[in-house]
Amino acid sequence: MTGETRVEDYLALLKPNVMQLVVFTAIVGLVMAPGGINPVLGIIAIVCIAIGAGASGALNMWYDSDIDAVMSRTANRPIPAGRISREEVLVFGLVLSAFSVTLLGLATNWVAGGFLAFTIFFYTVVYTVWLKRSTPQNIVIGGAAGAFPPMVGWAAATGTVTLESVALFLIIFLWTPPHFWALALYKQSDYGAAGVPMMPNVVGNASTKRQIFGYSVLLSASALLPLWLGMAGMVYGVVAAVTGMSFLYLAWRLLRTDEDVAMRRAARVLFNYSLSYLFVLFFALLTDNLLARFGGFGL
Amino acid sequence: MSAPDEIRHVEPESPEIAAARAKVRRRRSIALAIALALFAITFYTLTIVKMGPALFDRSL
Repeated sequence: MTGETRVEDYLALLKPNVMQLVVFTAIVGLVMAPGGINPVLGIIAIVCIAIGAGASGALNMWYDSDIDAVMSRTANRPIPAGRISREEVLVFGLVLSAFSVTLLGLATNWVAGGFLAFTIFFYTVVYTVWLKRSTPQNIVIGGAAGAFPPMVGWAAATGTVTLESVALFLIIFLWTPPHFWALALYKQSDYGAAGVPMMPNVVGNASTKRQIFGYSVLLSASALLPLWLGMAGMVYGVVAAVTGMSFLYLAWRLLRTDEDVAMRRAARVLFNYSLSYLFVLFFALLTDNLLARFGGFGL
Repeated sequence: MSAPDEIRHVEPESPEIAAARAKVRRRRSIALAIALALFAITFYTLTIVKMGPALFDRSL
């Protein structure tokens, strides 16, 4: 090690994996919004949302560096690995936050800019500082931060918040608990060592699995909302129904598995599936919308 | 300001570490230059797009 902070460390602070999902869902919100937006302004808006998400990630790593150091999944992050100081990360996160919010406000409108600022605040202060270490409902409420990006994208294009954008929010909001609790089920020793009250550590595996199944039912139903609201056609409807049933099956299989090793395996399968589920669902929504708009298919 | 309790003896860097340090610093400088260039281009483009045709529709 040279003792110098590498470019890769600054990029790692932005949590690029999380950013992918944020950017993708924000693009879907922006493209689906009625009225459209100048393509250049649309690209700038998406870049701003990506930078805002990265800033949230950096501020999260700044605050959580103590618990990151004791979890195997996060021990090699730049701060616990000693490659960058906490102060540098705090300044980096704050500067990126201010930059992304200001630029989004100037480029599109201040509803979108304000919404992005609120999202960064919600993830950093409400989730990271307040909820994460104090309640097993941390990722349920905190999950709202990850669900806001399509609404920010929608607001960037329209300057307002409507029922359709709330439907996009609801899908991601209801997806978050089964996604993270599946991870927590097979990584619970990590969270336990760090003192983070994830659901399995607090109420046990059986209750967590029941809640995962409950949220999966709500998620599968909410995934059909775009169809009922007239935002999407049959292409999306079929994809939402099939992927939703698969999600329910995997959640049900996890619910019925008690033996520890098999249960961890089932939880890992559900976790991996949930990642692709959201991508596929939003991709179908985007495709359906673009086909209806430009392909002449009134599906 | 109080004087330091002891003067630390700093070992001279080996040429390999010094070269690696310089390489990392150079890459960081290039990344910073790219970020600044993108920042300037973004604001320039944004200004042109926001002003649109009105950019040329003004009294001299």
